[in-house]
Amino acid sequence: MTAYERLQAARDQNRPTSRAYIEHLFTDRLELHGDRKFADDQAIIGGIGYLGEMPVTFIGIERGRDLQERISCNFGCPMPEGYRKALRLMKQAEKFSRPVICFVDTSGAFCGEEAEERGQGQAIADNLLEMMRLKTPIITIVIGEGGSGGALALSVANKLYMLENSVFSVISPEGCASILWEDAKEAPAAAECLHITAEDMKRFGVAEDILAEDFDHFEQMCAGMKETLLADLAELETYSGEDLSKIRYARFRKLGVYQEG
Amino acid sequence: MNNIVGMFRKSKNVPESGGITPVVEEKIRCPICKSIDTKRSVAKNKMVCPSCGHHYRINARTRIKAICDKDSFREVITGLDSTDPLHFPGYEQKMQKAKLASGQQEGVVCGTATIRHQPCAVFIMDPQFMMGSMGSVVGEKITRLFEYAAERELPVIGFTASGGARMQEGILSLMQMAKTSGAVQYHSDRGGLYVTVLTDPTTGGVTASFAMLGDIILSEPNAVIGFAGRRVIEQTTKKKLPDDFQKAEFLLDCGFVDAIVPRTELRAELEKILKLHQRKGDVK
Repeated sequence: MTAYERLQAARDQNRPTSRAYIEHLFTDRLELHGDRKFADDQAIIGGIGYLGEMPVTFIGIERGRDLQERISCNFGCPMPEGYRKALRLMKQAEKFSRPVICFVDTSGAFCGEEAEERGQGQAIADNLLEMMRLKTPIITIVIGEGGSGGALALSVANKLYMLENSVFSVISPEGCASILWEDAKEAPAAAECLHITAEDMKRFGVAEDILAEDFDHFEQMCAGMKETLLADLAELETYSGEDLSKIRYARFRKLGVYQEG
Repeated sequence: MNNIVGMFRKSKNVPESGGITPVVEEKIRCPICKSIDTKRSVAKNKMVCPSCGHHYRINARTRIKAICDKDSFREVITGLDSTDPLHFPGYEQKMQKAKLASGQQEGVVCGTATIRHQPCAVFIMDPQFMMGSMGSVVGEKITRLFEYAAERELPVIGFTASGGARMQEGILSLMQMAKTSGAVQYHSDRGGLYVTVLTDPTTGGVTASFAMLGDIILSEPNAVIGFAGRRVIEQTTKKKLPDDFQKAEFLLDCGFVDAIVPRTELRAELEKILKLHQRKGDVK
């Protein structure tokens, strides 16, 4: 598959959204709402539940399963209050020593006047810093599109997984094509240039591994995902909170390519 | 001061003089108030229009001269060079051009200095180098500066000017946002003071990382500061945005900036902030 074909697969409307993974992975769930400052952004859903026998906090960017849902959750483009809600749930998880599991699926943070007024940049920046500091394990799974800063704001994790056809990009290939060639229709070429696939993420050290997709056997696929998460958490729980934060920083600290001399 | 005038000659805002009338002092016309001044008088005023207060964009070296005590700046974290990890179309040529045009190796300069005798670590982003975009080198230099400052218990003063993450390095550029935010946290958790001075323009991935993470956030007047670009928002929402949208004054109203400080008053303001945060036992 080409990078652009994978991008299209990642954006496929029939693809399972965060809610589907949350419903299959966690039991006895309690969904929590609001950032306690401004509103409840439905583009980011979150709460508490059990992963096996372990209480965890789950947070996901939700695109919506039908048109009505898509409208109410802004097509999966979070507002600043969505990121602040996510941070609130993460701090709560830290207080009660629960691991955090994040699901990323967005074309990007919402782009609009009200988002700027309420500090989209500040909200994302705050998440990056506070997630780096968080003294509980964080695992992120990119289940569809990982669109720029809006996706990164839930990706400062100890471990990051990409689904087989998920993508992660600094800019949408359409946006990149309009800048480079002044033609959004050149997106397929831009997708190649940007190196956005799961394989690319693994090669750059952005992702630990790639998870196979099998939406026809979704139950089974989620069972496999659950095993991966439980194995990781068993490993991560051997570290102190302080060490988890240090390991996370070390993980991002080494990202980047340059010459020295 | 010679250098400030020197840099000024390269600025886009300067109409080319004929070059055969060296006796006449070169003039500059303010793009905002249209008043005409000598280049020397504008440069002397730290590249702020003496008539209307318009702040010209300045490069990193000019900024160092305008802010740091004379001869106090010592550059650190040098010798890092960008590569072209994605073999991105046109990136190498773009880099070459930027190096020639700016005389810089990259989009940020890091160092230590004193500002009215107050020691600090500083980073200055250069809007003339690929619009101050952040790739691996910019991210790494800023990260190292925070680590350097944390070890030496120095405050960090950061001047931001950036179009955002550098798309030519793809996901690696995006990851610099997380890395630099981690570095701010590292410095902060050791009690370090971090002051950001937002300058025109500060947008995209830089706004959504270290620019917005200062303990105190200052801005130059009228600077454009935002996450999404104005044109992108207008295209998405099909709505004309007000003139002051994403200007520093708008951000002050919305609660994201502590104060707007004209360039000519920045040294005094930074001195005050640095003095207020002197650590016990600091030898001055």
